[in-house]
Amino acid sequence: MSGVRVLVGTRKGAFILTSDGKRENWQVSGPHFGGWEIYHVAGSPVEPNRIFASQTSGWFGQVMQRSDDGGLTWEPVGNQFAYDGDPGTHQWYDGTPRPWEFSRIWHVEPSLSDPDVVLAGAQDAALFRSVDGGKNWAEMPGLRAHGSGPQWQPGAGGLCLHTILLDPSDAMRMWIAISAAGVFRSDDAGKTWQPKNRGLRSGDVLPEEQPEVGHCVHKVALHKSRPDTLFMQKHWDVMRSDDGGDNWHEISGNLPTDFGFVIDVHAHEPETVYVVPITSDSLHFPPDGALRVYRSRSGGNEWEPLTKGLPQSNCYVNVLRDAMAVDSLDDCGVYFGTTGGQVYASSDAGDSWTPIVRDLPPVLSVEVQTLP
Amino acid sequence: MIRVVLPAHLRNLARIDGEVHLDVDGQITQRSVLDALEAHYPMLQGCIRDAATQQRRAFVRFFACQEDLSHESPDAVLPDAVVDGREPYLVVGAMAGG
Repeated sequence: MSGVRVLVGTRKGAFILTSDGKRENWQVSGPHFGGWEIYHVAGSPVEPNRIFASQTSGWFGQVMQRSDDGGLTWEPVGNQFAYDGDPGTHQWYDGTPRPWEFSRIWHVEPSLSDPDVVLAGAQDAALFRSVDGGKNWAEMPGLRAHGSGPQWQPGAGGLCLHTILLDPSDAMRMWIAISAAGVFRSDDAGKTWQPKNRGLRSGDVLPEEQPEVGHCVHKVALHKSRPDTLFMQKHWDVMRSDDGGDNWHEISGNLPTDFGFVIDVHAHEPETVYVVPITSDSLHFPPDGALRVYRSRSGGNEWEPLTKGLPQSNCYVNVLRDAMAVDSLDDCGVYFGTTGGQVYASSDAGDSWTPIVRDLPPVLSVEVQTLP
Repeated sequence: MIRVVLPAHLRNLARIDGEVHLDVDGQITQRSVLDALEAHYPMLQGCIRDAATQQRRAFVRFFACQEDLSHESPDAVLPDAVVDGREPYLVVGAMAGG
């Protein structure tokens, strides 16, 4: 029988939650790397037992861990992330120039075709690549060579490259997103990049009507069958593109607030999208103290609250940008983690929810592997 | 033999129980001790000193013989008690909660 493995990164270690395809009974292992911040844990689609974990600490820096047995054992691999050449400056919060400085890896994206190839998104924003299973890393300098880097500025979490999307139908095409710079797309396997932010509006923080960069994009998601369609949760606004990011339009519709961090797409229904509305950029908790996932079955604009099994009073947790994922079982499972340490699972596409665990450290990321 | 004591997180990372015992060639300085440590435990590269600049990470301190050596030259010879193994060289994570 098939099963799922949920990979959870938290402020104090990684946890691995496993279940069979029923998703009723769960085994919990961890903490792995206890006491360290685990920003992201991701498995190779080619070799699912190969898993990468970004382990980081303000004291001791960045470590990249790799498991080749599904998370039973781990080995530290490469931790040298050097910018290519003189990295120059980006904007600091007050608009003054600030030298690029590496602090951590936010997101790991294993290749869709080669288990030794993996991409990593850094703070300060840059894209790194390993072709030897994470032992050695080199910056893909074309992204920052776009030339707009001096206009990029950090969001509250830092100047982070947090999203990497690989086009499953075109190995040459990929997207990344940076807070706060925006979305960039490469059509030549990462050699060159173009900003793809037309239609985004950030008038509350940017003076221009349609700035090319500077947007605080929180997360972007796609369905593998329709890679031209992208869904975005921005700092404010939920957005959609149907031309690979060339143009964006708002689909916030009837959401109670269009601020939030996560967004994801149903595994089998390309027009079914999930978000978790958060009150505002100054109130990082759900509106009315009620934790609600919102689902649109029409690709946006019309949203329904999903509340069954979720706390509907006195709930003041946040759901961070990399903390939602879906499995690809026949009945699509949806998962998300909170800053309160809960990881909720739905085995019926969001109709009902159950906490797998309730008391982990604050959850930074959730990924799911669907196992044969 | 040089004795080195690491903070718990780095012991876990390098899978070390207790003190590290190192044979260090040449002059016994902070640099030579840390070079030898990182040679034995490559996973510690970048965790104590910045991998590119070799500067001490901001939240790491170096102590020995009841002295704070954090701001001493990395090429200054370490105290005799460290050189002859009577005292350990301490790598310490800055105090913080959370």
